[in-house]
Amino acid sequence: MSGFFSAFTEANLGYLMGGLGITVGVSIISVVLSLIFGSIIGIVFFEKIPYFSSFVGTINNIVRNLPLLLIIFFTYFALPQLGLHLPIFWATVVAMTVFQSAMLAEIVRGGLEAVDVGQFEGARANGLTNMQTMWHIVLPQAYKKMIPPIISQLISLVKDTSLASGIVLAELTYRGQIIYAQNTNFIVPVLVVMTLVYFLLNYGLSLIAKWFDHKLA
Amino acid sequence: MSLFEQNFSVFLQGFGHTLLASIFALVGSLILGTIFAIMQVTNSRTARSIGNIYVQVFRNIPLLIITLFFYLAVAKVIKMTGFTAGTIALTLYTSAFIAESVRAGILSIEAGQMEGARANGLTFGQAMRVIILPQAFKVAIPSLGNQFINLVKNSSILAFVGGLDLMYQGNIVAANSFDTFTTYIIIGLFYLVITLPLSYYIQHLEHKLKKNA
Amino acid sequence: MEKAKKRRFGLIATIILALAIVLGLFWAQQTVAHNAKHQDTLTRVKKSGKIVWGTKADTKLFGLMDTKTGQSEGFDVDMAKAVTKQIGKQIGEKLTPSFVTVSTASKIQLLKNTNIDGVFGVMTITPERAKIVDFSQPYFPAGQSLLVKKDSGIKSVNDLNDPSKTVLVVVGTTAAQNIKKFAPKAKTIALQDYASAMQALKAGQGQAISTDNAILYGLATENPDYQVVGGTLTNGPYGAAFDHDQKPMVDQVNQAINTMKKNGVYNQLIKKWFGQVPGLDWHDLEVHE
Repeated sequence: MSGFFSAFTEANLGYLMGGLGITVGVSIISVVLSLIFGSIIGIVFFEKIPYFSSFVGTINNIVRNLPLLLIIFFTYFALPQLGLHLPIFWATVVAMTVFQSAMLAEIVRGGLEAVDVGQFEGARANGLTNMQTMWHIVLPQAYKKMIPPIISQLISLVKDTSLASGIVLAELTYRGQIIYAQNTNFIVPVLVVMTLVYFLLNYGLSLIAKWFDHKLA
Repeated sequence: MSLFEQNFSVFLQGFGHTLLASIFALVGSLILGTIFAIMQVTNSRTARSIGNIYVQVFRNIPLLIITLFFYLAVAKVIKMTGFTAGTIALTLYTSAFIAESVRAGILSIEAGQMEGARANGLTFGQAMRVIILPQAFKVAIPSLGNQFINLVKNSSILAFVGGLDLMYQGNIVAANSFDTFTTYIIIGLFYLVITLPLSYYIQHLEHKLKKNA
Repeated sequence: MEKAKKRRFGLIATIILALAIVLGLFWAQQTVAHNAKHQDTLTRVKKSGKIVWGTKADTKLFGLMDTKTGQSEGFDVDMAKAVTKQIGKQIGEKLTPSFVTVSTASKIQLLKNTNIDGVFGVMTITPERAKIVDFSQPYFPAGQSLLVKKDSGIKSVNDLNDPSKTVLVVVGTTAAQNIKKFAPKAKTIALQDYASAMQALKAGQGQAISTDNAILYGLATENPDYQVVGGTLTNGPYGAAFDHDQKPMVDQVNQAINTMKKNGVYNQLIKKWFGQVPGLDWHDLEVHE
């Protein structure tokens, strides 16, 4: 058993937890950004603007149906060919945001569609413009309903950040790999600890989602 | 275009491996997922807990970690290639999501049907197989379809363990040709050939289901 | 919005977006072609006052992450630092080294897209690569060899020339081509990094890892059940790599390496990193000019 723990010297443990910080950082920034972009796209879907909504929908479908790993590689390796040099952290954030915005757009649309139509009409009858109705009446309600699915997207993000180890972002999974590069006997202990860390983080998030689910139901 | 022609057989080989891994994992995860979904709705407390733990564990850890675990740790005991390790990991990971879809499908069937079937002398297993599951699957089809799309996309994880899939071959072509931009666009199109039609078909099904409801 | 107005808005917005996408793709194609053209590395370095080096984080002795400091350490890293300092002296400007961790698969891509200025990353000079990147003069005399389990009975590359044998290599290295030459019947599997390759070897995914002896010595140091066999298949010295057509930069680097070999800095670094490696006489690596 002592062999199991020898992988976790203070330095290695600190290094690994620093990776957790990067994983969480990328996830939170990406979820906030994709909430913004996803909402804009979701509203475009919901408004059913002739031609435009379906056109945006097609592009959204294309993005949604690509592997995230491909989008990550593309952002870091191919975009510089266009003169866009993103530092690795931000390249990951951009890739995650593009992918998750496409995912969240569908959720936002669903959330908006679940809001009672009568409320639109009521608000408009009270002299609010389209934009005001959306901003003050509809969106707040829709977001409340969307909290659980948004948290499950955050869980996906935390998990998917591990893919950025492929472009050498020093997040949790990559740092685990670096630690077992020191000594290959560390592999199983490191994988077990990484599994635990991811599980605790994501399971905790899923409990929060469940709590909201109950509260809103 | 010449990049595409020059490496066509490489891309095709990768496409084949991606398709193969996806199909193996789909069949495997449908079976496993259904088993764990049933466990979650039985009366046995033990079965329910096992089902719950399984689903929670595999839903909440990254696919990459599961893949590395099989490729680097399990393979020490049981020999397997990167393709096999990746496909097993994909199967386990996806089965947790499929279990959720199937469970939701089962729960959407009225409890009265199960009771009725049991009252008519069917065992739990028979009632499940003959009465409940066929209906549950029908309800779950759109969500199962989405899981299959995710499965195809997630199969790119094989690239991490030398799984010879589309992403793996794409990385090699990109590294050798240095036209990363074009290579990744070609790879993207190959994935879309599988995922996009499926996605539209599922949207169509969902639409139909909503209309019927 | 009335229906007609909404319709018009939708139509116009769609056309604008579609146009933007088409123009964007056109622009992208042009830019990719344009950026493939020459950009002078030395000019860029002078302007920014720093040299961005790609180094490894998973390769013992050359570039391995120190988890305490979060910095890679090794012969490659020290060479990059020393060369940067020396070039600074040569051009009379203060230059600072900056480091980006690269994987074997990503290093040339990152050079090509100018995310990094140069690579000190256990990179073998080959004629194929020399068509795509510029190399400095050799800075380390490496050669491809084999790492096998001690009781495997494998003595040389000939023992691997069998369809039942798999040789593990790393994506983006020249090892796979050489194995095809020396053991055409063997299968090869390419992995992302050396740590995974070592794991895969231990897990029985293959019977040997083939890459440079310098790296294999590092792996064997940590894994006493494994040994380097078969001598060197190839003579493949390492060079620092740069984008192609970067003669001014390469000249500066070559001059720096020459100076370091003369003034003893090079030998000091050799001793620092290879003084303790079992089975390797570091005096063989010293340069006397």
